[in-house]
Amino acid sequence: MSIADFAFYLFAFVVVTSGLLVVVARNPVHSVLWLILAFLSSAGLFVMLGAEFLAMLLIIVYVGAVAVLFLFVVMMLDIDFAALKAEMARYFPLASLVGLVILMQLALLYGSWVQAEGAMGLRQAVTPDMAQVENTRALGLILYDQYFILFQLSGLILLVAMIGAIVLTMRHRVNVKRQDVLQQMWRDPAKAMELKDVKPGQGLN
Amino acid sequence: MTSVDLTIALPEILLAIYAMAALLFGVWFGKDRSTGLLIWVTAAVFILLAALIALGTVETRPAFGGLMVDDAFARFARVAILLSGAAVLLMGQDYMQRQNLMPFEYPVLIALATVGMMVMVSAGDLITLYMGLELQSLALYVLAAIRRDSLRSTEAGLKYFMLGALASGLLLYGASLVYGYAGTTRFDGIASTIQDGQLSVGVLMGLAFLLAGLAFKVSAVPFHMWTPDVYEGAPTPVTAFFSTAPKVAAMALLARLLHDGFGGAPGDWTQILAFLAVASMFVGAIGAISQRNIKRLMAYSSISHMGFALVGLAAGTAAGVQATLLYLAIYVTMNIGVFAFILSMRREGRVVTQIDDLHMLSKTQPTAALALLILMFSLAGVPPLVGFWAKFSVLTAAVGSGLVWLAVAGVIASVIGAFYYLRIVYYMYFGEEGQPLDTDISTIQRGLLIASAAAMLLGVINLFGVDGAAAVAAQALVR
Repeated sequence: MSIADFAFYLFAFVVVTSGLLVVVARNPVHSVLWLILAFLSSAGLFVMLGAEFLAMLLIIVYVGAVAVLFLFVVMMLDIDFAALKAEMARYFPLASLVGLVILMQLALLYGSWVQAEGAMGLRQAVTPDMAQVENTRALGLILYDQYFILFQLSGLILLVAMIGAIVLTMRHRVNVKRQDVLQQMWRDPAKAMELKDVKPGQGLN
Repeated sequence: MTSVDLTIALPEILLAIYAMAALLFGVWFGKDRSTGLLIWVTAAVFILLAALIALGTVETRPAFGGLMVDDAFARFARVAILLSGAAVLLMGQDYMQRQNLMPFEYPVLIALATVGMMVMVSAGDLITLYMGLELQSLALYVLAAIRRDSLRSTEAGLKYFMLGALASGLLLYGASLVYGYAGTTRFDGIASTIQDGQLSVGVLMGLAFLLAGLAFKVSAVPFHMWTPDVYEGAPTPVTAFFSTAPKVAAMALLARLLHDGFGGAPGDWTQILAFLAVASMFVGAIGAISQRNIKRLMAYSSISHMGFALVGLAAGTAAGVQATLLYLAIYVTMNIGVFAFILSMRREGRVVTQIDDLHMLSKTQPTAALALLILMFSLAGVPPLVGFWAKFSVLTAAVGSGLVWLAVAGVIASVIGAFYYLRIVYYMYFGEEGQPLDTDISTIQRGLLIASAAAMLLGVINLFGVDGAAAVAAQALVR
């Protein structure tokens, strides 16, 4: 067994094990930590496939942003995961039956899986020659050149998501006291204050 | 990436730019005060773009290396989408104003959803298909929930979103299986890998998942569960929009995917479509009988009508595609008329949506009742109205492909469906006396109601040439 084989089995084993532990861990914070481990090991698998850009993306985006966000949500929101799990246990028999059926169907599917004759050729037709360019550049060439209209469309989708979030949640409240910095800076002590000479025993009227 | 490609996608690009400009305008000037103006301008832009597309070139032009394609089929569908969108925007304005529901994002979201639909119908690639679909759906989820202080509206939005996300997941899974088999996401590439008119098991599974995802979007049984709840909960102008343009877009997308991508093996998908069609026609017809809310009734009606449109596609021929396109155009016209009336249903200023509110409408609003009578007869498919010819053409196409049983099932379903349409007519003319509805229907709503009813009558002569355009469109798709 070469080093590469060993590394593959190591990473693969860690991915599967930590994936399982994400689901079964009792403490949700532990679940997220196992998830991070699963992401890191998958990044290792990507490096072994020669897709170093995807590996970096997985670490930066998924570990760096998504998993940390999960961690925040888990810690900040007081969700009773035990109750959720108990709810889940009620549906476990039915869910496992459905899962089993799907698994068997997939097994049938992969048993008779064939690829079209020209499929490999078509697959490689769109990618630049991998001997010439590293895969970051290759991805860039496809994404920003060939598929640029799709890239723009995904931008529009994100815009819709943003409009949706604002239109559904933002409320314009009236009668809210807001800070007006300019007004504060232009305040004049002479106008803002009034000095009164209070006579002893009389008070202010 | 040349300017030629950009010219071909010009209508989509212009509309996207307009939507962004309108958004900026709305944010900077006037916020919700500018909504009325924006609705008018958006409708005008829709009509202008429809004219631009309709009067443009007649050739088939692929753009962006085949990611998008501009042909007669795409043009027909885009014109239908734009015109129905404009009609819905205009007739909904009065309702939105009365309900004090005027967020300026409403016309912007409709414009963005329309961009998505235009991309859908001109998709030449699975990725374009998904992008267009998602742009459309996401905007529609937000629109369903746009009355955010109403429990029903938010429930409608959430329900639509959850089930829509599930459908998108199914669709993507199917797309990945198809890619695994064919090695490409491009429709012509997929078509080139299909030999001997047979699909291997893997790609057939992928196609089934793709069809399940798209069947959800056209609300075909058994993926229709969301339709009545969403139609009922969403604000009525949004419901009117749901039942027109997105239906055309999703059905056209279905036709394009099947004929461009899987046209080499029609035997494998026509049976799936035939099942969807039969189930939709019957569930739609039977489910509507017990409905008292007219919006829920229209939801079941749209399920049933989508079943009929699928009958045309199930034929798997150019004649079938032509019949489906014609059916969609007529269905959308009828729906605009009916919803123009539903939008005006009020009693003492309060919105009502029960069919019992229509009792003796012929006394107080004879013109509207007559127009509604024509539309209901047309929806039911009573000859000689245009709605009958729509049904006739899809059933003829099915018979032409040897699917006689499907045509017979269609006739039976349309007889069952006639019951609830005719019940509305009965209520309007022979119902009980009760408190009448308000009679101040806005000019645009009245105009669209009467125009739609008149089209159902006068269209009998030559269908306004729509069948000719549909034939050209079908020829461009099925080669």
